[in-house]
Amino acid sequence: MGKEILKLRNIHKYFPGVKALQDVDFTLREGEIHALMGENGAGKSTLIKVLTGVYAKDKGTITLEDKEVSIKSPQDAQHAGISTVYQEITLCPNLSVAENMYIGRSDKAFLNWKSMNEGADKILENLKIPAKATMQLANCSIAIQQMVAIARAVDMDCKVLILDEPTSSLDEQEVAKLFNLMRDLKSRGVGIIFVTHFLDQVYEVCDRITVLRDGKLVGEYEIADLPRVKLVSKMLGKELDDMEDIKGETKPYEGSIMKEAPVFEAEGLYSDAGISPFDFHIGKGEVNGFTGLLGSGRSECVRAIFGADKILGGTVKKNGKQVKITKPIDAMKAGIGYIPEDRKVDGIIGDLSVRENIILALQVMKGFFKPFTKAQANEFAEEYIKLLGIKTASADTPIKSLSGGNQQKCIVARWLLTHPEYLILDEPTRGIDVGTKVDIQKLVLKLAGEGMSITFISSETDEMLRTCSRLIVMRDRKVVGELNGDELTQTMIMNTIAGGESSEK
Amino acid sequence: MKNKGISAIFRNQIFIPLAALLLLAVFNLVADPEFFKITLGYNAAGNPVLSGYLMTILDYGSELAILAVGMTFVTAASGGQDISVGAAIAIAGSVILRVLCGRDSRPETLRTSFLVAFLVACVVAALFGAFNGLLVSVFKIQPMVATLILFTAGRSVAAWINNNELPIISDPRFAYYGGFIPGIPVPTPFFIAIAVVIVTFLLLKFTNLGLYIQAVGINQKSSRLNGLNPTAIKFLAFVLLGLCVAVAGLIKVSRLSTINYSVIAKDIEMDAILAVALGGNALGGGKFNMTASILGAYVIQFLTTTLYKFNVQSDALPAYKAIVVILLVVFSAPTVREWFKNVWKKIVPAKTAKEVA
Repeated sequence: MGKEILKLRNIHKYFPGVKALQDVDFTLREGEIHALMGENGAGKSTLIKVLTGVYAKDKGTITLEDKEVSIKSPQDAQHAGISTVYQEITLCPNLSVAENMYIGRSDKAFLNWKSMNEGADKILENLKIPAKATMQLANCSIAIQQMVAIARAVDMDCKVLILDEPTSSLDEQEVAKLFNLMRDLKSRGVGIIFVTHFLDQVYEVCDRITVLRDGKLVGEYEIADLPRVKLVSKMLGKELDDMEDIKGETKPYEGSIMKEAPVFEAEGLYSDAGISPFDFHIGKGEVNGFTGLLGSGRSECVRAIFGADKILGGTVKKNGKQVKITKPIDAMKAGIGYIPEDRKVDGIIGDLSVRENIILALQVMKGFFKPFTKAQANEFAEEYIKLLGIKTASADTPIKSLSGGNQQKCIVARWLLTHPEYLILDEPTRGIDVGTKVDIQKLVLKLAGEGMSITFISSETDEMLRTCSRLIVMRDRKVVGELNGDELTQTMIMNTIAGGESSEK
Repeated sequence: MKNKGISAIFRNQIFIPLAALLLLAVFNLVADPEFFKITLGYNAAGNPVLSGYLMTILDYGSELAILAVGMTFVTAASGGQDISVGAAIAIAGSVILRVLCGRDSRPETLRTSFLVAFLVACVVAALFGAFNGLLVSVFKIQPMVATLILFTAGRSVAAWINNNELPIISDPRFAYYGGFIPGIPVPTPFFIAIAVVIVTFLLLKFTNLGLYIQAVGINQKSSRLNGLNPTAIKFLAFVLLGLCVAVAGLIKVSRLSTINYSVIAKDIEMDAILAVALGGNALGGGKFNMTASILGAYVIQFLTTTLYKFNVQSDALPAYKAIVVILLVVFSAPTVREWFKNVWKKIVPAKTAKEVA
């Protein structure tokens, strides 16, 4: 094991009314990939921000290569050799790859473009990143952009590289590429702090895990000493036994699914988001799901159902009657709810309060001239805050100051409040902690048991298998198969996604 | 507890315009307390009128407040500003005169009632607002660029409406709207502003206008997915500003009983935008506080009047206002506020420690 390059000791950080970090220690060694784990709100982001100088720590010491350093700004961190790559790409899409790598780093007034491009190409080649220095960044895939961000960080001679949820918008192959890059850097002696919600990924690349809970250190473990179930229970602070079998706990909807007309039916539906026309139906109390790789068109399909993209063709029936859905309000009036994939961009209204965010959809359906009174709105908000266990200071708190999982619960509350007959959840569990994930899955099954029809999409196949009774498989923006009953296994899904040939084997 | 109360005041949006108002008031009190003197006199028609610097502020601040209401809606919904307000006022004013006078620029009798003329002006101003709204919401042009068109062409359009003539209204009743109603010593624009403010607050209370505009201003995409129509809401904001412009236009032409196309309401859009900013509202759109904007309008007028009192040339006014803008921008910057908060924190515990000792 390499020597310790970064030591954080007794870190404290207070926010008004909150002890975000209490007496946290963290140690990073040379050439290791160190996972920082914890539920949302456990203090991971705060710790990262203290380390990178975004927040000033209230107490504690940071030691870098045996020298105590004071980091007051992200620039300080960078000069000290600590680089960060955030979940959201923070590069400039309108500049070239090389420009992005060198921007803000030259203290000279003039640049040598040729040497800059050559230098960039060399680094890219070195790190085996399939990009050219002169390409415009916007033309690269998200994964490549992320790698360019890493290349930039690495080239700045960093000793510590922080990756904050770098994989949340990547598909499997892209993740694999990123991991190769991480292993490569590790072999060069860079210490990597890896923050993620994907347990699989932790076990794939990491050497060591530090777990935080409620702003306190739970412990530091060698990866071999901490099996998955234990890790989850450490993060939650309780033994987790109900992860595997939540389907058994809730009763499926009683009443025959197939006898009645489907709650929702689409034929030859397609939108301008580039999906092939598809047929779809869902019965009362049914939970089904779209599965496929990221970018296979599964989100675009449900967006088409909700009228979120421009509909180009197809007929839609609700309870056997033909309806016209061209924009979201039409779908809402037909009793459809939609929890979008990208919570930040499509879901929350950041500056508005939790209350306003919860009542928004119902309010819009009720009409422009019929606002809820403050008392009514409060009642709704309080009811759902309690029902879903949303952790917020009050209903007046701006939603953006809540943690990701709690924001998601607010969006779920928003749509439950409209009492939809048919609810679509697109990646409702992405980027949120394990506890909330299980909560949401249980909720889905409970609602279905009460007769709601639900379409559920998730990147995590086991989550889909746990909740859905029927899966529609997509590849290259086409529906390529449907799996029922016994066919619902990990292998079958993989095979169907991969294509005909391999499924015959 | 007390500490909490103080920080709540600091955090409240109203704090910014209030602090500015207080600062100006104290400055005037120290420099010359005469500033606050109000005298009751009689105007040429023999009606009682209150006069004094404060009355000027009340008078001219009111037309600014009316515009600030509309500008707040536009800013919140579109994340940009309408710079064609002054030109649109010229058009609205010109329409009022045209409807009242017809082709004759010195009419013996007016062709129709003031109300009809005003309503026609409302329709025309709303249409020009709709034009701006169309460019911004449907064609997705940046608000400042979109309204630059009307900013450039508006005054010519205004002159064209009256064949470039300058109609004069001799009926003394026409001057009531921008002056005084006989027997009431407080300037009429103040009452008009109160009416506009009441209508606005009723609108905000009994419709979802506020929620929708803020939702669209903060996150257009997610607003759409909640069933809102962002295009329609932005469009509506510009139409509302158009109506405010019509009201301000009435006051402006009533003040002179005629019009000067190139000078009327010149640069008023900048004051209106400044009022919104001084109210602590983000010029990038989103959440707004209407009370703060309205208060901001009166504070801007307070500043202008103070500068006039100290004999600052009208040409030099913008330079002084620029200083205010700079201060405003600096003090509302998050880093500066953070710094102040820290300083405050250091001062307050020190005090309490002393008290304990």
